[in-house]
Amino acid sequence: MSGQACYAVLGALLFCLALHALVVADSNLRRLLAVNVLGSSVFLVLVAGARAADPLPQALVITGIVVAVAATALGLNLLLRLAAAENKDSGPQAEDPA
Amino acid sequence: MKGFSRWLLAGLLSALAVLLVYTVSVGVTPAADVPVAVSQSLPVSGVKHPVTAVLLNFRGYDTLLELVVLIIALAGVRCLAPLPPPQQGGPAGGVLRELASLLLPVLVLVAIYVLWAGSTRPGGAFQGGALLAGAGILALLAGRDRFIARIEQRLWPLASLGVALFLAIAAATLALRGTMLALPPAQAGILILAIEALAMLSIAVTLVALFLGTGELEETDP
Repeated sequence: MSGQACYAVLGALLFCLALHALVVADSNLRRLLAVNVLGSSVFLVLVAGARAADPLPQALVITGIVVAVAATALGLNLLLRLAAAENKDSGPQAEDPA
Repeated sequence: MKGFSRWLLAGLLSALAVLLVYTVSVGVTPAADVPVAVSQSLPVSGVKHPVTAVLLNFRGYDTLLELVVLIIALAGVRCLAPLPPPQQGGPAGGVLRELASLLLPVLVLVAIYVLWAGSTRPGGAFQGGALLAGAGILALLAGRDRFIARIEQRLWPLASLGVALFLAIAAATLALRGTMLALPPAQAGILILAIEALAMLSIAVTLVALFLGTGELEETDP
């Protein structure tokens, strides 16, 4: 197996690992990270699966990375709001019984 | 039941893994020979690097819409309610400030070089923009709030510069040549460099603003 094909196989295995992490995740941050690793594994398969010196998958992956970064930033910002709202909700309740 | 569902998941994922590994290791012959087509059209693309030619010339639509995605993500973040300012973390230490003042000019210089290198070798607007955004985040962490606040005031004009020039060129090529984003070969090089320069600035500003969130800076730094 050539080195490049080896990377494509690694990408496929990474995809399954990330899918497992996504299914069993118990917090939203872990889900977001799992989706990120999932995306990275797809990029790995795209670049390694193509023939050497094919510029089209490389350009696609650069586009994909930028979109993934933007989506992750939006997701992290939403998670921060979610955590702030949960803290606000649980704050007074924690004080009530005391 | 918990144990059963865990085994079911493991079984399904193993089957998927076997299927995927088999799929990626099967050799496929593409219907069209893309690398040859790209290298044949490379002389009229205005740049010497095939990836840059694909990104900015042959598939300019993708890059234009990608810049729009960045702006949409920024709009989404700026629409959210501002968070309370973080409690921990005092002023930046002296080492960080000294390191930032050493690294910032170098980072800006390397970003401009990477942008310039994009026409002949790996590099371009996105790589340069990422470096420039790293410089911006370093400046933010080192307590250069006033510099970041000045960018913050002109956030939307700066963040939409790249898309604005790209759209203007798309409209001009549509009007003059009949095909959107069909860059004239003689001017393609300079047009691509102009698009990439403004796109790099917009990408960097957008990424720093995404890092910053909803801009709590204006309240903390009068």
